[in-house]
Amino acid sequence: MILSLARFKNIIAIDAEARTARLQPGVRNLAISEAAARYGLYYAPDPSSQIACTIGGNVAENFGGVHCLKYGLTVHNLLRLRVITIEGEILEIGNAALDSAGYDLLALLTGSEGMLAVITEVTVKLLAKPERAQVILAAFDDVQKAGQAVGNIISAGIIPAGLEMMDALAIQAAEDFVHAGYPRDAVAILLCELDGLNEEVSEQMLQLHDILKSNGATSLRTAVDEAERLKFWAGRKAAFPAVGRLSPDYYCMDGTIPRRQLPHVLQRISELSAEYGLRVANVFHAGDGNLHPLILYDANIPGELERTEEFGGKILELCVAAGGTITGEHGVGIEKIDQMCNQFAAPELALFHGIKQAWDQSRLLNPGKAVPALHCCAELGAMHVHAGQLKHPELPRF
Amino acid sequence: MITALIKKIQYAAAHSQTLVIRGSGSKAFYGGESHGTALDITTHRGIIDYAPSELVLTARAGTPLSEIEQLLREHNQVLAFEPPHFGPHATLGDCVASGLSGPRRPYSGAVRDFVLGVGMLDGRGQQLKFGGQVMKNVAGYDISRLMTGSLGTLGVLLDVSLKVLPLPAAALSLRFECDQQTAIQRVNAWAGQALPLSATCWQDEQLTIRLEGTQRSLQSARNKLGGELLTDDTAFWHDLREQRAAFFRSPLWRLSVPSAAAALTLEGTQLIEWGGALRWLRSDAAPDTIRHAAATAGGQATLFRGGDKCSGVFHPLPPALLAIQQRIKQSLDPQGIFNPCRLFQEF
Repeated sequence: MILSLARFKNIIAIDAEARTARLQPGVRNLAISEAAARYGLYYAPDPSSQIACTIGGNVAENFGGVHCLKYGLTVHNLLRLRVITIEGEILEIGNAALDSAGYDLLALLTGSEGMLAVITEVTVKLLAKPERAQVILAAFDDVQKAGQAVGNIISAGIIPAGLEMMDALAIQAAEDFVHAGYPRDAVAILLCELDGLNEEVSEQMLQLHDILKSNGATSLRTAVDEAERLKFWAGRKAAFPAVGRLSPDYYCMDGTIPRRQLPHVLQRISELSAEYGLRVANVFHAGDGNLHPLILYDANIPGELERTEEFGGKILELCVAAGGTITGEHGVGIEKIDQMCNQFAAPELALFHGIKQAWDQSRLLNPGKAVPALHCCAELGAMHVHAGQLKHPELPRF
Repeated sequence: MITALIKKIQYAAAHSQTLVIRGSGSKAFYGGESHGTALDITTHRGIIDYAPSELVLTARAGTPLSEIEQLLREHNQVLAFEPPHFGPHATLGDCVASGLSGPRRPYSGAVRDFVLGVGMLDGRGQQLKFGGQVMKNVAGYDISRLMTGSLGTLGVLLDVSLKVLPLPAAALSLRFECDQQTAIQRVNAWAGQALPLSATCWQDEQLTIRLEGTQRSLQSARNKLGGELLTDDTAFWHDLREQRAAFFRSPLWRLSVPSAAAALTLEGTQLIEWGGALRWLRSDAAPDTIRHAAATAGGQATLFRGGDKCSGVFHPLPPALLAIQQRIKQSLDPQGIFNPCRLFQEF
């Protein structure tokens, strides 16, 4: 049975003094900032899909978006949830204050993919709009140099509001689609946005210029006005549909890696790309290590979808091996349930089931999602036995 | 070390023994009283990994906070949530298990906001790992943040990965004479403007605020706000964080309320932090009166230091919520061996 919350789309209240907004789960992400704008406030997490995605979904996936290095994920911008449990109890999780007694159920519910309870109301924090935001576009002839620049910006004590990287294929696709002014011949670009007080942005912009130059940026462009700033961002925000124009189908991945692993991971992805004969465009939230490789394929060619999924699975395993995770913000759902076995050992998965049972004894909410049944991991292990190394030998086989 | 801990846990679980997890004991005053065999983890120490450009530090739970903070300072970085030490030997484990944050909390986030991953032992003696060293991670439920502030009732923290941040370039503090209600209104109004506010404190008709950022931005904010410049402000905020100021005597209540909640009329003396969201109350008033006032304002009251813990330390939960917390406890610690009654008398 489908339980749709799409019609719960009212903004219940905005408290300008306390800087909070009470929302029904179907309120669109962008609508929050639009409603708060008259008070000089906004809601910080801004996924690229913010025109359409809802706050209920943002909570369920703990969405991050392009500004999360500085402003945090959904979990950092929540105060309270009202939920209904499968037993029909209405619970208030958190409150309008900054902390509450007992275990941090607010964090536990955030990113829980609807497995634990049904969210019927969300209270978020609003922030004062920064005095100024300025973006710089830096081009590189080498991914490694761009990666190094990211590390050096952060080591210099600058926390950009947004820090995004795109590779050659993504740059070309975005440029051809929205004409954002990206250099089509660059191997990688960085979009780096600073915000805050006027003086602070000015000081850090100078510093940023120096760092990018000394890391070998081949060109640097600072957006001269708000229109150009939005144009630079339009390219990034339209990257997915832009790549969609290059190929009949694409498959979007979502892994996170420690930033220092980027050159290695991109190198490996390009090797896998050659191996599978499938092109990949990479879009990277460089500030927080969240990588979105887009695999281009054609579902009409028999077997290509299956090869694409296998390739995608390999990328996620690569992220785990690099010290990262199989999903940064898109969630596990059904699609990545196999890779959960790769990231977690049996006792950890068993604990997830224990948490699920603490809320939903009969497993009625979103059955079969987010956490694989233990025997599924065993079966998967049996399917992918490599060189006689059986995954999860401790588990009984069915 | 870990093998020895596992053996002790398995023994305790098999023999219905309870264990009291001990770090440095710096926050032993906080929470309900727990009885059992001490499980000392202070020798499980050391920084495991720190890459300044990654903004991530991983250390064993027994590592002294001072050691971590010193290393970070060498690279111009900090634990942005300004953890209170409450003792010279406070450990990372003390800090994460207590979930307590300092003056910068409303503007930077709490300890739970900076925890990225944990390694731990559960009540079966199983070694588990959740989260990791990356900032975005939605694979599986967020056990790392569940562990934060759980006062050792769910398991033994072995190691923790934290997000760290650059040290602010400069700071300055300003002081204003005003009554409590005016102070609450001002700090809320300022937080709604583009100002580099990083801490507030109201006490004895004086409001002190701290601004952090680059020199020029601080100067421009100061011109906007006025007030009197506080010299030696580092000591002021440090003493506030460590509760060395004369105000902090027991019985001390900690009232967590919405930041803009009107001044609370309660018997005793108050000190207000966190932009109005944290009201410290030194009072002999009846616990029910205090809890009622906090709840009416939309928040909760905790008996922080001293007083009579018989009526519980933390704000009582509605039965349905308590039941879920109890079931979560059971899933991690089925025999109920860790820190009984430290969080709630029911478990």
